[in-house]
Amino acid sequence: MSLVLDPPIRQEREYTVAPPSLRAADPLPPLARRAWQQSWLRKTLILILLAAIWEAAARWTANDLLLPTFLQTASAFIDGIASGELLDRVRISLAVLVQGYVAGILAAFVLTALAASTRIGRDLLETLTAMFNPLPAIALLPLALLWFGLGKASLLFVIVHAVLWPLALGAYAGFQSVPETLRMAGRNYGLSGLRLVLHILVPAALPSILSGLKIGWAFAWRTLIAAELVFGTTGGQGGLGWYIFQNRSELYTDKVFAGLAAVILIGLLVENVVFRPLETLTVRRWGMQR
Amino acid sequence: MSLQIVSPTGGIQPLLRAENVSLEYGGTRATHDVSFDVYRGDRFVLLGPSGCGKSSLLKAAAGFIAPAAGSIAINGAPVRGPGPDRIVVFQEFDQLPPWKTVQENVMFPLLMTKRVSRHEAAERAMHWIGKVGLKGFEGAHPHTLSGGMKQRVAIARALAMQPEVLLMDEPFAALDALTRRKMQEELGRLWEELRFTLLFVTHSIEEALVVGNRILLLSPHPGQVRAELNSHQFDLASAGSVEFQAATQRIHGLLFGDDAAATAVASIAAQATAP
Repeated sequence: MSLVLDPPIRQEREYTVAPPSLRAADPLPPLARRAWQQSWLRKTLILILLAAIWEAAARWTANDLLLPTFLQTASAFIDGIASGELLDRVRISLAVLVQGYVAGILAAFVLTALAASTRIGRDLLETLTAMFNPLPAIALLPLALLWFGLGKASLLFVIVHAVLWPLALGAYAGFQSVPETLRMAGRNYGLSGLRLVLHILVPAALPSILSGLKIGWAFAWRTLIAAELVFGTTGGQGGLGWYIFQNRSELYTDKVFAGLAAVILIGLLVENVVFRPLETLTVRRWGMQR
Repeated sequence: MSLQIVSPTGGIQPLLRAENVSLEYGGTRATHDVSFDVYRGDRFVLLGPSGCGKSSLLKAAAGFIAPAAGSIAINGAPVRGPGPDRIVVFQEFDQLPPWKTVQENVMFPLLMTKRVSRHEAAERAMHWIGKVGLKGFEGAHPHTLSGGMKQRVAIARALAMQPEVLLMDEPFAALDALTRRKMQEELGRLWEELRFTLLFVTHSIEEALVVGNRILLLSPHPGQVRAELNSHQFDLASAGSVEFQAATQRIHGLLFGDDAAATAVASIAAQATAP
């Protein structure tokens, strides 16, 4: 008996192809499963769980001075908002922060545009980021105080330093990973220098630039709060860091926690109201990021 | 030998002239002493195996690479860098900015070269999108399109600029075989209608015969001219014919050194075609 198995020869067939009739939509899945698909709901659940753990731990410790409960913190937070004090502090901090952030972005753009179009600019950027990126912005604060005195100028100096280097590094890495074909297509239409940067490189590097902006924002926040903790008030007007520091010295631990909560809430707000919609509108819609 | 004798070009000046072009990449020679003339309305194909510098020649014609020796001139004026009179269609799909819709992609070079107003650019873009058969997709972003559709967008974008020469760098090499055939067919149809001048790079003998009317055959390492052949008599319909097979064999022989066999096959074919 042969071990070679020949498949049978079968009849050839041709069919006419008609457009398939559409299948009726599946019945909706149960409510619980649909709700679980919502990322905001899952995240809220995580937050509620964390708050519950906090509340339980605080009650178990039973020491308001060391760890106030979640509810105490929440009421201190609401009081702070209602009295306007907390909002005032947030406003002062945010005003400085936004100024420093914008200045940092502009400086980063100039540096990276220079680096993208000239060789000496590239050397400059690579040297400067290698030098200054590992240097914590807050370490420059004593120097800034010496140069610019107690006040906004010193804060702006350290914030710009905190934003500039990570953003420049991210944007430059983004520029370098722009496909060569896309660059050539741009140059084919006579684009060069700043026009090539604006019309091709910046949009093509947007995923990296956006992540650089996020990191820069986080660094700016940290640096600002830390700087305010160190030298506190500018002309009687302290920001959120000063609020935390002041209440710690007066042992209002619940207010300290309320101040920290404000920092966290602003972080969440900016992520969900600014950066995420920005991503959805740009890089996600363009299929450059999942 | 089976070289066809044709009458001289009759005083017409070539549109694109490459004279003794040598290209180098960091000391290694990509092409050596290559000369060719492209006339208006030509479908001129650079054909050769990988490493023959055919893509480099196209990039030199586009102005992305400066020749180490020799010169390339358009209408008698030497090429001194990239310019919108020579639009390139690349092989890679990422030649389309992903942040622009199909229509914006086609409008992009028109706006960048400030040739027409935004309104007119939009109208022209729609016209060319229709020409390449993408009507209805003008609002789509490139990442939602198939490979063949992306290449159509690139072709529409190039044609909308009405360049002196359309440069195509293996534009269909990354497509599947069925789509490639369809694109070759449509390119032929567009050329029949518009009679643009085309410089086309490929490594496929069949594609060269189908797309081109004249083929420059390059040998590899470094690229040197092996032959310059006519292929105006072939199209997709004649792809299976004896003459086509003979031409394929002849080019294969020329490229891979099998000279005797190639000449023999070619002479048989010449006899077959003789009236």
